[in-house]
Amino acid sequence: MIGLRAVTKDFGDFTALAGVDLDVAAGEFVVIVGPSGCGKSTLLDLLAGLTAPTSGQLLLHGKPINGPGLDRGIVFQQYALLPWRTALGNVEFGLEATGVPRRERTERAREFLDLVGLTGFEQRHPHELSGGMRQRVAIARSLAYDPEVLLMDEPFAALDAQTRESLQDELLRIWERTGKTIVFITHGIDEAVYLGQKVAVLTSRPGRVKRTVQIDLGNRAEVRDLRSSEKFAHYRHEIWELLHDEVARAQRLEVAR
Amino acid sequence: MSTIEIALPQVRKATVGISLRKIVYRSAAIVGLLAVWELAPRLGLVDSTFLPPFSDVMVAWWQLLADGQLLDNTLASLGRSLTGFGLAVVTAVPLGLLIGWYKPVAELLGPLLEVFRNTAALALLPVFVLLLGIGETSKISIVLYACVWPILLNTISAVRTVDPTLLKLARSLDLPPIRLFQKVILPAAAPTVFTGIRLAGAVSILVLVAAEMVGAKAGLGYLVNAAQFNFAIPQMYAGIVTISVIGVVFNQLLVALERRFTSWRRDQLS
Ligand SMILES: Nc1ncnc2c1ncn2[C@@H]1O[C@H](COP(=O)(O)OP(=O)(O)OP(=O)(O)O)[C@@H](O)[C@H]1O
Ligand SMILES: [Mg+2]
Repeated sequence: MIGLRAVTKDFGDFTALAGVDLDVAAGEFVVIVGPSGCGKSTLLDLLAGLTAPTSGQLLLHGKPINGPGLDRGIVFQQYALLPWRTALGNVEFGLEATGVPRRERTERAREFLDLVGLTGFEQRHPHELSGGMRQRVAIARSLAYDPEVLLMDEPFAALDAQTRESLQDELLRIWERTGKTIVFITHGIDEAVYLGQKVAVLTSRPGRVKRTVQIDLGNRAEVRDLRSSEKFAHYRHEIWELLHDEVARAQRLEVAR
Repeated sequence: MSTIEIALPQVRKATVGISLRKIVYRSAAIVGLLAVWELAPRLGLVDSTFLPPFSDVMVAWWQLLADGQLLDNTLASLGRSLTGFGLAVVTAVPLGLLIGWYKPVAELLGPLLEVFRNTAALALLPVFVLLLGIGETSKISIVLYACVWPILLNTISAVRTVDPTLLKLARSLDLPPIRLFQKVILPAAAPTVFTGIRLAGAVSILVLVAAEMVGAKAGLGYLVNAAQFNFAIPQMYAGIVTISVIGVVFNQLLVALERRFTSWRRDQLS
């Protein structure tokens, strides 16, 4: 469904991404991991159509992506909530862009706030919500206008461990329920293994896909503590090995600069 | 949907139930000042010819009110202040939004605006008198001029400092420019614009009073100046007190207005 073909992005004479190849199937949950500054956010901006690649192609249903569109929903790391609107108003904001009639907007917004577990918080402003709740609002907003693809840029990075884990479970639940295609960016190995069906590991500057790893943790419902299972440890180690060299290389580059 | 969207005001319990104690506490310093003003001349600490006791000033104030002078002059001043201030708001806000939005324009005009802002309006008073005479036009013009800068500069910076992630969000939703302006830029900029408007409110009275002292046949600045000239010292102080009270009331009104429109921001900052 999504295809990246030798995608390269330069900023002036600085190359952020150098030939990224990646395929994402419809309904797939793909996680992209990479060291800091390897171009993960740049890649997401390209997928969102906010910037254009220097060379290479990004395809959605076989057609080149040439601008932003409501077929893709973005969840930003910094939540990007409108502080003057309530939780409900923020979710409605996405719906206004799609031209859903006013009455239906409120109804839909309530429904999606309910989906992310925020019933009863509709009238709160962002500053009256915790970090986890804010990110839930942002997720509800991007789900509400029903995009095919959800693009998420380190959405849980700023949250504490417990909140993060519960939001991860919630995201998986939502994904199973809605069947969305999800491209999820993180620098956390555990998060990548826990969430992804497929994990693409990026190299440090300039970014390209070093390896993609298929993750199969078996039936989630059967395992009590998935994170301490043997399979989890195996994948965790595999990705750690892949990333380790890259992080070391990134640090050397940092010093050399 | 052509309305500018701004957060709805929230009624907050804390502001409604101001306790009596708080009122007493907060007016203590002013009461103290008035007490000193009353007692110092009476006890001979200062020459009562130059600083008459506050009660004498109040008597003079009452006389001015009774013979209609106070009202006439106050209305003359308020008319000029509000006209200049109002004109400044309706011109500088849209202009600031435009300049702030077009980055090259902002960068081109930035240094020029700095120069104008830092040129005290009163320094230009002779120029205004030279070009426009000493009538109403020149008085309103100088108030307008002085009020434009705080509003313009605040509005420009308000637009330019809108959270970039919000702009990114709007872009990802493919929002057309008009909607972007209406739904993101304007509400995000509103608090900073209001700060500029409030500053301009204070400026409008300061500058006008000074202008009225130079050449005018009516107005509070004229009243104070004429009283001093005629050695009617209590009347002079009565005029000064009136100007202070008007300044405080005007500012409080603008603060209240600002709060109404930016309630979402209050708790966030505190
Ligand atoms: N607009 C830009 N102009 C110039 N350089 C940029 C721009 N955007 C990103 N870069 C550079 O491209 C590189 C990749 O940036 P990017 O934000 O994509 O990294 P990242 O992998 O998301 O990092 P992090 O994990 O810290 O979020 C960085 O070195 C950054 O300095
Ligand atoms: Mg990033």
